[in-house]
Amino acid sequence: MITRTFRNSSMSDRIFDICNYIFMSLLIIVTLYPFVNMFALSFNDANDSIRGDIYLWPREWTLSNYEYVFGQADIFFATFISAARTIIGTILSVICTAMLAYTISRPEYKLKKFISISFIFTMYFSGGLIPNYLLIKELSMLNSFWVYIIPGIIGVFNMIVIRSFIEGLPDSIMESAKIDGAGDFTTFFRIVLPLTVPALATVSLFVAVYQWNSWFDVFLYNSSSPKLSTLQYELMKLLASSNTTAGSGSAADHYAAALGGHTQIVTPTSVRATMTIVASLPIIMVYPFLQKYFVKGMVVGGVKG
Amino acid sequence: MEKHAVQLTGSTSDDSRLRAFFRSLSRQKMLMLMSIPFLVWLIVFKYVPLWGWMIAFQKFRLSKDIFDQTWVGWDNFKLLFKEEQFYLVLRNTLVMSSINLVLGFITAIVLALLLNELRKVFFKRIVQTISYLPHFISWVVAANIVQAALAPEGIVNILLLKLHLIDKPVLWIGIGEYFWGILGVTEVWKNVGWNTIIYLAAITMIDPTQYEAAEMDGASRLRRIWHITLPSMKPVIVILLIMNLGNILESGFEPQYLLGNGMNIEYSENLDIFVLKYGIQMNNFGLATAAGIFKTVVSFIFLIAANNLAKRLGESRLY
Repeated sequence: MITRTFRNSSMSDRIFDICNYIFMSLLIIVTLYPFVNMFALSFNDANDSIRGDIYLWPREWTLSNYEYVFGQADIFFATFISAARTIIGTILSVICTAMLAYTISRPEYKLKKFISISFIFTMYFSGGLIPNYLLIKELSMLNSFWVYIIPGIIGVFNMIVIRSFIEGLPDSIMESAKIDGAGDFTTFFRIVLPLTVPALATVSLFVAVYQWNSWFDVFLYNSSSPKLSTLQYELMKLLASSNTTAGSGSAADHYAAALGGHTQIVTPTSVRATMTIVASLPIIMVYPFLQKYFVKGMVVGGVKG
Repeated sequence: MEKHAVQLTGSTSDDSRLRAFFRSLSRQKMLMLMSIPFLVWLIVFKYVPLWGWMIAFQKFRLSKDIFDQTWVGWDNFKLLFKEEQFYLVLRNTLVMSSINLVLGFITAIVLALLLNELRKVFFKRIVQTISYLPHFISWVVAANIVQAALAPEGIVNILLLKLHLIDKPVLWIGIGEYFWGILGVTEVWKNVGWNTIIYLAAITMIDPTQYEAAEMDGASRLRRIWHITLPSMKPVIVILLIMNLGNILESGFEPQYLLGNGMNIEYSENLDIFVLKYGIQMNNFGLATAAGIFKTVVSFIFLIAANNLAKRLGESRLY
C-alpha cells in the first residue's frame, strides 16, 4: 500500500522490526494455540489424555471421540438444527434485508426517510429482555424453530451496509432498467442483487456466524424442547456442568454418571474438545475466503452507521 | 401507515401538497410492497417491546393480561434503587465495560500501528487473517477455551509453574478478584484483530508523501508513527470513542454468564444477568424491566453527552 524506501534503515529501525516480528509471532501463537490444542485433544485417546502433556499433536490417535459425539442422538440433532437455522436464517435474512435496503436507497421513494429513521431508532432504543420475552410468548413462538429466524430477520447495521453499497452503484444502471420497462421488483432481483454480491457476502457472513453461534435464544425460548437444541447450546450445557463442579475434581465423575457406562471411551475434557472443534470448524473454513469483502463492509458500515 | 408517515415527514397543513405526496406515493406501489411488510415486522418486534416498558410501572402477573395489571407508579424503580444487589451489579458493569473500553482501544490502536509497520505484505495478511479468527467463534467456544487454559492443569498454570512464578496451580476462574482481569484479557484476545480493521482503513488514507518528507528530515520510525500515523487516526478514534461511551452499560452478557460461577459471582454478575435473574428466573418482571429501562436511558444520556463533548472539542461527531 505505502511504498517507502528503507535502504539506509538505521540500527534502531532494525531493532524495531525484529521486536515487531517477535510480537506478531507471539500473537499468532496465542491466537492459534487453543484451537491446535483442542484439535490434538479431540483426536487423542481420552484415557491417554488424562496423563496430560498433550499440546500440539495427538499422542495416541483415535476417532472414538468423534464417533461418540456424533453417536449421541442429542448432539447429532443439535448439529442438524444449527445447520438448518444457519442456512435458512441466512438466506431469508439477506434477501429481506437487501430488499428493504434497495427501497430506501431509491431517492424518489417517498417513505425512504421515514423508514430509515424508524429502523435506526431501534439501534438505540430496544425493549430489552423481559418485554421481548413476553412478546415472543404472546405470539406463541416459544418452542418453535421460527423464533430463531423471524425476530432477527432484519439487521439494521446490515441494512446500512447494503444500502451504502447500492447507493454507490452508477445511477445509469437503474435508469436504463427503468427505460426498459423493468419494475422495482424486477430491477431488484435481476439487476441490483447480482451487482451487490460483495455487500451480500459480507452480510451473509455476519448473519451466518450469528446464527451458528447462537445459544441464548435456545436457552431463553426453547429450553423445554430438546428437539430444537443447537450445537452451541449443547456445548454451553457441558461448560455449565463443569463450571458448577469446577475445582472439586468431580467434573469427570459428574459427567460419567450422566452418561452411564461410557466412561471407558470418553471424558468430559475430550468431549468438550471435540465439540469445540465441531462448533468452530465451519467458521474457520469459511471466513478467510470472505476477508476482502467483510473488511470493506466493516469500513462502510462503520463510517455511515 | 401512510398517514402516519405524512405527519412525521412532511410539513403538511397544505392540502395540495398532501395530495401530491399521495399521488407520487401511489406510483410507488412496488416499493411499498417491498418495504411495508418489514415496517410491520419492525413495529411488532421492535416497537411493541418498547411499549412493554409499562411493565416497569406495574405489579406484573403472568396470569393476567398486560392491560389488567395493577399499576404501582414508580415503586419498581424505588425498589430497584434500594436493592443492594443492584449497586453491586452496577459497579461490576461499569468496571468491566471501562476495562474493556480502555484495554480494547489501546490494544487495537497499537496492533494497527504495528501491523502497518510490517514490510512483508504476505506476513501482514497472514497475521490479519489469524487475528480475525477469535472474533468469529462463539462465546461458548471462547469460554471453553478460557476455562481449559485457566484450569489447574491448564496451559497457563503449566507455563507459570515452569517459569517458577507460582509454586502450585492456581484456580484462576474461582478467585473473584481475578475475574475482571480475566475478562479484559479474554475480550482483547477475541476482538483485538477485528477492531484494527477500521484503524487500518484510516491509515491507508494517509498521503505517503508525508512519510517521505518526514524521512527526509531524518525522523525515526517511532517519531513517524507518533507524528503522522497517530494524528491521522484521531477522527476515527474519536467517533469510535463516542459510540463506545454510549455502550458504557453494555458490558456484554455472554462471557460473564458463561465464565461466571458461584465463586466469582460478586465480580462477574452484571446488569444483564441481574435482569435475567430477576425477570426470567424469579418472575419479578416489573423490577427487571425497570433495570432494563435504566440501562437504556443512561446509555442514551451518555451517548448525547459524549457527542456534545466531541462537538465542543471541535472533533468530528456521530450526528
